[in-house]
Amino acid sequence: MNPAPEVGVVLPERQYTPDNVQLMLYNAALWNGHRIHFDLPYATEVEGYPGLVLAGPMLGDWLHQLVDEWLGDAGMITSVSYSNRGATYVGETLTATATITTFDAASGALEIDVAICNEAGESVAPGTIGAQIFMVSD
Amino acid sequence: MTGLISEELLTNIGRQSKPQREIVTRRDIRKYAVATGNRQRKYLDGDVAPPMFHVPLFWDVVELDQLTPDGVSIDTLLPKFPLERAMAGGLDIEYLEPIRPGDWLTSVRTLTAIYEKAGRSGSLIFYEIVMDIRNDDEELVIREKTTRILR
Repeated sequence: MNPAPEVGVVLPERQYTPDNVQLMLYNAALWNGHRIHFDLPYATEVEGYPGLVLAGPMLGDWLHQLVDEWLGDAGMITSVSYSNRGATYVGETLTATATITTFDAASGALEIDVAICNEAGESVAPGTIGAQIFMVSD
Repeated sequence: MTGLISEELLTNIGRQSKPQREIVTRRDIRKYAVATGNRQRKYLDGDVAPPMFHVPLFWDVVELDQLTPDGVSIDTLLPKFPLERAMAGGLDIEYLEPIRPGDWLTSVRTLTAIYEKAGRSGSLIFYEIVMDIRNDDEELVIREKTTRILR
C-alpha cells in the first residue's frame, strides 16, 4: 500500500467524467430504465433537470474504487456508509477523495472518510468506508 | 409522533420480500466493472466481484408493462405513504464474504423501520429496508440497509 496507512493520510484522488455511453452501460448493467438517465428531452422538459442525471449508486461505487485500488490485495473493504446529497449530470467532472481517519495498527482496521465532489467543490456523496488490512501471521 | 404516520402504516414494519436467488457470472461482473470505470484487472476480467456488485445482481427485473411512464419499477415491498416525493437517501453496506463467478446468492429484503422527523419545510418520513444476501451455505455475504426520505 502506497502511501502507508496512517491517520490523516490522503489517498490519491481520481476524477470521473462519465459520458452518455458510460451512463447507459451502467444503467443497462442494473436493468434500470429510469428515463432521467437516458432520455434528455424527458429529463430537461418534464423533470426540469439541466441534463441527464448520473445514477446515485454509480457515485457510491466510485467511493469504493479509490480505497480498493489503494488496498490492492493487502486488505479489503468491510463496510460503507454514504448518502447522495445532490444531483450530478453528464458533462460534469467529479472528483473522488479519501482520507484515513482511524487506523488500528494492532488489528489492521481502518476508517476512511470518502466523498465525491462536484466542480464547485461541493460534496455530493459523502461517506465513510471501513477496511481491514490483512495481518500477516508467521 | 406528529401524526403523519398511522398505526396501520406501522403494521407494515417487518414486511419481507420473497427470496430472490441469482447466479453470479463472469460476464455480469465484467459488464459492471467496465460500466463503473473500474481499473483493476481482477474485476475487469471478472475473477471476483467488486464492492457494490450486488446492486446490479439484485436490481428488480420487471416486465415492461410494470414500469411507470418514467421507466421506474414499483417497489412492492412498500406500503402507500402519506408523502410521495422521494429525496436522496443513504446506504449502509457490510461486506462479509467475497463474491465470485458461479456463486448462487439469495437476497431477502425486509422493511425494518418507518419514522417521522421534522424537516425545515415540514415533516419528513423516513423508511429503512435491510437486504440480507446469503450464499447456499446460509452464510451472510452482504447486509445492506437503505434509508429513504419522503417529503
